[in-house]
Amino acid sequence: MTDTTRVLFDAPGPRARLRYRILAGVGILLVLALAYAVFLRLDEKDQLTAARWDWVLTASAWNNYLIPGLWDTLRAAAISIVLAMVLALLLALARMSEIAPLRWAAGVVVEFFRAVPVLIMMLFVFWFLAHRGWFPNTLNPMIGVIIGLVMYNASVLCEVIRNGVVSLPAGQREAGLSIGLSPAQVRRSILIPQSLTAMLPTLISQIIVITKDTALGYLILYPELVTRGRQLGSSEAATLPAYVVVAVLFILINYTLSKIAEGVENRQRRRARSAGPVADADQPAVQVPITPGGSTF
Amino acid sequence: MLELIEDYQLLSAFWMTIKLAAWSAVFSLIIGTIVAIMRVSPVRIFQSLGTAYVTLLRNTPLTLIVLFASLGLWGQLGIELASRDSSTFVIDNGFRLAVLGLSVYHAAFVCEALRSGVNTIPVGQAEAARSIGLTFGQSLRNVILPQAFRGAITPLGNVLIALTKNTTVVAAIGVAETAYRMKAIAEFEPGMLMVGFAIVALGFVILTLPMGMLTSYLSTRLAVRR
Repeated sequence: MTDTTRVLFDAPGPRARLRYRILAGVGILLVLALAYAVFLRLDEKDQLTAARWDWVLTASAWNNYLIPGLWDTLRAAAISIVLAMVLALLLALARMSEIAPLRWAAGVVVEFFRAVPVLIMMLFVFWFLAHRGWFPNTLNPMIGVIIGLVMYNASVLCEVIRNGVVSLPAGQREAGLSIGLSPAQVRRSILIPQSLTAMLPTLISQIIVITKDTALGYLILYPELVTRGRQLGSSEAATLPAYVVVAVLFILINYTLSKIAEGVENRQRRRARSAGPVADADQPAVQVPITPGGSTF
Repeated sequence: MLELIEDYQLLSAFWMTIKLAAWSAVFSLIIGTIVAIMRVSPVRIFQSLGTAYVTLLRNTPLTLIVLFASLGLWGQLGIELASRDSSTFVIDNGFRLAVLGLSVYHAAFVCEALRSGVNTIPVGQAEAARSIGLTFGQSLRNVILPQAFRGAITPLGNVLIALTKNTTVVAAIGVAETAYRMKAIAEFEPGMLMVGFAIVALGFVILTLPMGMLTSYLSTRLAVRR
């Protein structure tokens, strides 16, 4: 697949170049005008005074709010991705099994948790545990966040694994069967390992989704980065600056992760270790060539 | 169970979810298309602006964007999207800020979906458009975008489904939609938590399942035959 966007326009001649320059000038002017309007508004509302921003350089803001928030965000995300991957493997095995009831049960679980919003799941688990009192109250929000994230992402990743298996050449499976392996052995030792290699970039972009979704913990009082940002904003009387700093932290983390995912994807395409194409979380499990890249939520 | 639906206004909550999803879908489609056009345009500065928009918005949690719209734009900067004199000011303003937050966030994904749609078009189409002398704007309008939309049905449908589920996030700023009502059930009627969860979950399955089916029907129906 060649990139269509590159041939959408001719190499510009002198007149086109002039036109582009004028357009670029207009664009820059518009951006500057917008920036100036934002600046005026911020200034008018006293958002740009030093008192609103000087906490960024103090140790207490970082030690008491931002670093603990970052730690809680990353911790929940890390636990969730590991558990989600394990559960996704089990679900994928169940969905491809020869035992029909097991297949159906896994199918229902996957479809259900893909349809229910993560936040609804988190709210349910959090309040359920809060009413039962099985765990200390300080632990409930974290368990709620993790279970919500794991159930949703395991369902998504299960479909990615299945996608990867479906898109492998039929010869892989036939070769396994012809040397006397059982269908289950073929899946375990031939199909799924290849699918897993192919899904590595998708797995990394799913980590971005999970990191962003830990912010839903705000609604069940999990003290992650957004919650801490809100507390920080009210304690320093700097709501807006606190959100800006939190947003910058999130963007830095996720941008780095997306660059890593891109690098891994390019590397895999170059080396072509796996027989299958790179799987995508958004594509349904059907036998069509899967476009690489795509979006993550 | 019916009492629960009545007491906690679950039907109007679902109606609110649908309204949020519909308005945000319209606005995110508009913004997303503009950003996508910027990203494929020949002017370098527009390309960079489009890329910056997608990178910034896609990597920020939606919760943060929605909170920013409410506490930042409204609370700190005093930007109001409804008339102060109206009797429903608080509700309208909250709703519109929520739609704003949802739209700008999902526009980034709409843009990426459209770009993947552009990539499904064979290069020959763009070359043919250029060789008969169409300008960039003409070839975009008459050749590229119509095919891009049709090729992007599946990813666009996925964005719509994600958007519908993500409307729950605006419970964070007190818009009375489904997650907000479910929180109320959890707080005030602990015994009914299971039933409430079952109803809400079922509601979302009913909302998103037809979207998925419609998407796959349309994507085969509208696919450009090559």
